[in-house]
Amino acid sequence: MTTLTPTSKRTALLCAISFLNLSILALGGDMKKPDETTTKQNKIEIKDFAFNPQTLTVKSGEKITWINRDEEPHTVVSVQKQFKKSTALDTDQEFTITAGAPGTYTYFCSVHPKMTGTIVVVKP
Amino acid sequence: MSDYISHDHEHDGIDRRGFLHCMAWAGTGLLWTISGGVLASRTLAQIAKAGDSLSSATDLSFLQISDSHIGFSKDANKDVTETFKIALDRINAMPTPPSFLIHTGDLTQLSKPEEFDTFDQVLKSCRTKDVFYVPGEHDVLNDAGKLYRERYLKSVEGKGSGWYSFNKNGVHFIALVNVLDLQAGGLGQLGDEQLEWLEADVKDLGTSTPIVVFAHIPLWAVYPQWGWGTSDSERALGYLKRFGSVTVLNGHIHQVLQKVEGNVTFHTAMSTAFPQPAPGTAASPGPMKVPAEKLRSMLGLTSVQYKQGKTTLAVVDSNLG
Repeated sequence: MTTLTPTSKRTALLCAISFLNLSILALGGDMKKPDETTTKQNKIEIKDFAFNPQTLTVKSGEKITWINRDEEPHTVVSVQKQFKKSTALDTDQEFTITAGAPGTYTYFCSVHPKMTGTIVVVKP
Repeated sequence: MSDYISHDHEHDGIDRRGFLHCMAWAGTGLLWTISGGVLASRTLAQIAKAGDSLSSATDLSFLQISDSHIGFSKDANKDVTETFKIALDRINAMPTPPSFLIHTGDLTQLSKPEEFDTFDQVLKSCRTKDVFYVPGEHDVLNDAGKLYRERYLKSVEGKGSGWYSFNKNGVHFIALVNVLDLQAGGLGQLGDEQLEWLEADVKDLGTSTPIVVFAHIPLWAVYPQWGWGTSDSERALGYLKRFGSVTVLNGHIHQVLQKVEGNVTFHTAMSTAFPQPAPGTAASPGPMKVPAEKLRSMLGLTSVQYKQGKTTLAVVDSNLG
């Protein structure tokens, strides 16, 4: 599992600091409404070479899980390299990340680049 | 690009336009050939009868296999290793063995080392030993093609992500990679570095040199809605425009389609693993399930023959039925 954060990639140090801060923010949200934010699962189904829903809005700290229902392998890759990419997902395999800082994150399947999707992260 | 023949370079006056268009998009695995500009369909039996006479005047013959997808085990074909073996048996049974094979990618389903191992093991049964490869997107899934290049570029001087060229019997072969560094929303891609290499590679060749280009994803816009095309293929073809004979061989779409444009013949091969739907006829381009008794008629391989003095190479598709 990786955390979705709009990190700067300029230096490893910046990345580390950014990651740390946003994790703390997300944790703050969790403490207010622990049940809602830690248990809610946002599913994106990959079927017929498409991400469904194509746009998903989640709150910081929530988990997002992609599941591949095709007989073809697919990947989940951030266009701006804002989060760690998945490995190739075979049929019924899943990939999960945790939403970090609010923002819009576009992603695509690097095997079939016509397949694109968007995650909108809002404040808890 | 047009779907039709735009030039009649043999000046034979045969109106092939409608016929070719119909044949090319049927994608049913029929056997047919274009040689010296004359289109004719053949059956496997006719090819077998023709035997040596088909190849006696041939300067060079080679075989294209594609999309073996070793590791795939879903309903569309639960035993892709077996159908790959059958394809190799067909090659071994040819009266005159091909000089070499080209594999136009997707050797494996998931780029796993054990899938490459199985592929290599099965291929040992083929009596034709020289094989030239290009990767499919399934061969470069998690390591940007590192394992593929370590295994399949031993006999060639691979550049960049694995492109190369070589000469056989006066024909110049160009192996291109269009499955790496793909951009969101885009198609297959060659990239600037490879295109610059291509321009330099053909710069000093005479225009009468026959050119064969092979790559995994089609180098023409077969059906961009399904990603069946290469975004910068026009630039590549621009470097090849001055040549009198260019044959472009692709895989990826698991069916026979052909287009002739000027001096360029585009051709896609059947898979040895499973068929895919004709462009736009299904919800997605995923593996197509067909009745078990029909499967082998939709799998196959492609034989290519070059006869000196002819401007066009003969391309014959045979199914495994």
